[in-house]
Amino acid sequence: MTATEMRPGTAPEPELAPPRRALDQNWRRLVRMGAVAALVEVFIALSGMPVRLDERPVIVSILSLGYVFVGAIPIVVGHRIGRQVRREGVPIHRAGGYELLGGTLAGAIAGAGLSVLVALLTHFDIREPLVNWSPQLRDLLSFNRGTVFGVLIWLGIGAVGGFVGGGLRLLPARWRRTLVTMAATVVLLSILEQLVADLVSGVRLESVADWFYGRRGGLTHSGAGVTAAIAGVAAFFGRGKLKTTRERIKSLEGPARTRANAGMILLTAAILIVVPMLVGSLTNELLANVGLFVLLALGLNIVVGLAGILDLGYVAFFAVGSYTAAVLTAATSPRINPEFPWFVALIFVVIVTGLVGLFIGAPVIRMRGDYLAIVTLGFGEIIRLLFLSDWLSGWFGGAQGITAIGGVEIFGLTTVDGTNPRGVFYLVLVFCAIAIYVSWRLERSRLGRAWMAVREDETVAEAMGINTVNVKLLAFVVGAVLGSFSGAIFANKVGSVFPSSFLILVSMVILVVVIFGGMGSIVGVIAGAALLIGVLGGPKQPGLLAEFSEFKLLIYGALLVWMMLARPEGLIPSARRTRELHQEEFLQDAWLRGEVDTDDGDGEAPGAEGRP
Amino acid sequence: MIGKWAPRSGAPRTGVDQFLTVLRVVAVGLVLVGLAAFIAQEINTDNAFARWANPDATGLSGAGFRGLVIAGISQGAMYGLIALGYSMVYGVLGFINFAHGEVFMMGAMTGWITSTKLAEAGLWESNFIGSLVIVMFGSILVSTLLAVVMERVAYRPLRGAPRLIPLITSIGVSFFIQNVSIVLFGPATKSYPARPDWVKNKHTALQIEGDKIMVIAAAATSMILLWYLVERTKVGKAMRAVAEDAEIAALMGINVNRTIVTVFAVGGAFAGIAGIMWGIDFGSVIGHTGFLPGIKAFSSAVVGGIGHLGGAMVGGLFIGIAEAVGPLLILEPLGVSGVSQLRDAVAFAMLIGVLLLRPSGIFGERLRAEDRT
Repeated sequence: MTATEMRPGTAPEPELAPPRRALDQNWRRLVRMGAVAALVEVFIALSGMPVRLDERPVIVSILSLGYVFVGAIPIVVGHRIGRQVRREGVPIHRAGGYELLGGTLAGAIAGAGLSVLVALLTHFDIREPLVNWSPQLRDLLSFNRGTVFGVLIWLGIGAVGGFVGGGLRLLPARWRRTLVTMAATVVLLSILEQLVADLVSGVRLESVADWFYGRRGGLTHSGAGVTAAIAGVAAFFGRGKLKTTRERIKSLEGPARTRANAGMILLTAAILIVVPMLVGSLTNELLANVGLFVLLALGLNIVVGLAGILDLGYVAFFAVGSYTAAVLTAATSPRINPEFPWFVALIFVVIVTGLVGLFIGAPVIRMRGDYLAIVTLGFGEIIRLLFLSDWLSGWFGGAQGITAIGGVEIFGLTTVDGTNPRGVFYLVLVFCAIAIYVSWRLERSRLGRAWMAVREDETVAEAMGINTVNVKLLAFVVGAVLGSFSGAIFANKVGSVFPSSFLILVSMVILVVVIFGGMGSIVGVIAGAALLIGVLGGPKQPGLLAEFSEFKLLIYGALLVWMMLARPEGLIPSARRTRELHQEEFLQDAWLRGEVDTDDGDGEAPGAEGRP
Repeated sequence: MIGKWAPRSGAPRTGVDQFLTVLRVVAVGLVLVGLAAFIAQEINTDNAFARWANPDATGLSGAGFRGLVIAGISQGAMYGLIALGYSMVYGVLGFINFAHGEVFMMGAMTGWITSTKLAEAGLWESNFIGSLVIVMFGSILVSTLLAVVMERVAYRPLRGAPRLIPLITSIGVSFFIQNVSIVLFGPATKSYPARPDWVKNKHTALQIEGDKIMVIAAAATSMILLWYLVERTKVGKAMRAVAEDAEIAALMGINVNRTIVTVFAVGGAFAGIAGIMWGIDFGSVIGHTGFLPGIKAFSSAVVGGIGHLGGAMVGGLFIGIAEAVGPLLILEPLGVSGVSQLRDAVAFAMLIGVLLLRPSGIFGERLRAEDRT
């Protein structure tokens, strides 16, 4: 039995009890959830998201992303209201009028928040502190039809949304999944518009792209219809096929498993090599940025995910890598400018960053986890301040930074620089492959097991004869070196380095990527970087949703909190990390399932970690 | 090196230890040399020792030095006020509430809103003290509320989680609140209305500006109130009991949840006061205002010995003064140019230095039972 199969909630479906009566609502909970949703709606409206995102159509002339955001909340809250906690011995009711009424009411309360806002927007002007308190917002919320219409329509939208959300519980699982997949696919395709349109045009099918996407963005009506239909059919008939395939691959053993893995790796590699040839430079730029962050996130993953050291100053190594590469390759570097070829400079980058990693790591490695976090943050800031200072400006150019850095010359064949994003992407890809291989091998090595032992319990690890100081220091250095690769590519890609590129913010964004993806999980970290950096964008790099750039940090913050509360193991968790975080739940599950599933209970005992 | 006999301490000395010893010696040595060069230069500008380290050092006049120290004290008093929140939460829950700096920022932001509204009504000029009371009240209210909501939404569900989980959550909260203020109020710098002249002018024989006097007075009053609350009231007793051992406190009939909420509320209120003081002293606030003071206030709490309330204030003053005079006192005589840019670096270096030399802080830590092991 593999570890991933042992997730909570796999207990067999219990007998369903008859539906609850519609009027037996838990009124306090209903009002509270509705009020929270209403507050969220008002906050979203006042943050300026609807107005800004209104420029981004999902379906031409029908729906914009702004309305999707505001309109989705009643549906979500309406769905949440009917949620039942699965507890042993407590019956699960079949869905019925309770869910419909509760959902409708909660949705209406949520919508009422916007109704109140529309009324207030008409009668008061507090634009002074609240910058988004604007007539545009009023017009948007009232659909340009006056206050009364606006007030009523949001009550209606809220109620209908809540009804739909609650009603989803009444549908059979298959239909529910189909509907949700259809809606999600349409939104997803409109978000991925740049990528998809670019790709389709790349294979000389511009006419298809034109037919599919409107001139000013968004799916056309026929495009949306076709997408929804295909997604619906696939979800309706293909349900579970994907899962069974995955399970089958997972259950393979020995050489068959190796073959399957090799096949998948080859397929991924082929896609990653072919896609950049088809898409334009804008999309390649995006892919290259994602790649740089994948590299950074893989490095931080070793420090945070494997060794459990919360390093908040990780940007320091990115900065040191960038500056070392810049100083050694650029002719314009103020003090020393040996103008090494990039690959020669890279050797020095590794050495310098490794030393800096040792230097920063040695004092902090003995500290308690939380002190360590703040102190590394301090180091990250000190490094930036030093690069910025007049004192060292003779070496690093101070606030002016180092500019006119040449590209990466690859064995005299081509030069890869910012004007050639495709080349940059391939370069990043090579380094990502190296980083993935290194992470993968390290995770399964003696050192990797030592890291995980330290992460789980340092005292016990020490008692087992692990030199915790050296092991942690090594994690710090390996992470630093991987981050410096990204920095070195960054310097030569952008062609200039400024201290302002290395704010603590960058550290935080990388941390969000690692935690969102799943600490300690290579696939998770890559997926996290692709989703967050690719769609929302990096600290300064735009993502697919360029309209979103003002709000991405807000989303990152909220995501970090939500992830920690709801799913601390991340999007695609590493099996071992999940067990560490949910050990108690596993034990309880195992105990509860005692008779149902005895072999599981044995497999989930805490002592079973060492099993293959 | 298993089985190597270590004469004094239990753990064998490793390369890391030796490196750290070298680092400690170098750090102390640099500070001493810098100080010596500064003193030598103050005694005689042409002193060979002073010239050797930095030929262009200008030194400091008495008035300049006094001004820096006073600025440092008032800044440090603000750090101390914020540090109280860090220290109290750490004492009770054992985790760093990274978002506490944001509570302070929101206090300053609220102060900006109320003070501009009052200035529009003309009250700010005509009745400064009265408006200040209103502004202060509003900020304390918002900061307290924010801290309490934060505890309820983000931290309470995570009680008993592995140590780093609440810390990461608080980083997310900090990030979130910072950006909430940016999207709601816009990214531009918010300027407080002009202060009346007597606030700007210098008073007493020491030539202290009015706002600095106000900050110091507010910090002193807050400290006295807090001392009374913690040491003389029943609520304070409950706080101390929970800080000592939450489980036993619960067994003694103390409502642990309510006590923790109180701790957050009191910390938030002090952060609100500090926010107003910041706004009046520096005259402006933006969404990022909370970040650096937050980190420095945390450093203050560590320097004073985390969990120790008096220590938080002393640590705040220490950091405030150090970052005000440190660059000129130690770095400039050593030949570093553009030293005032390195203020923040000095503050962080202080934190690192204290953790290297005396990890338990000036007054020693007061940790919970489970942390002491």
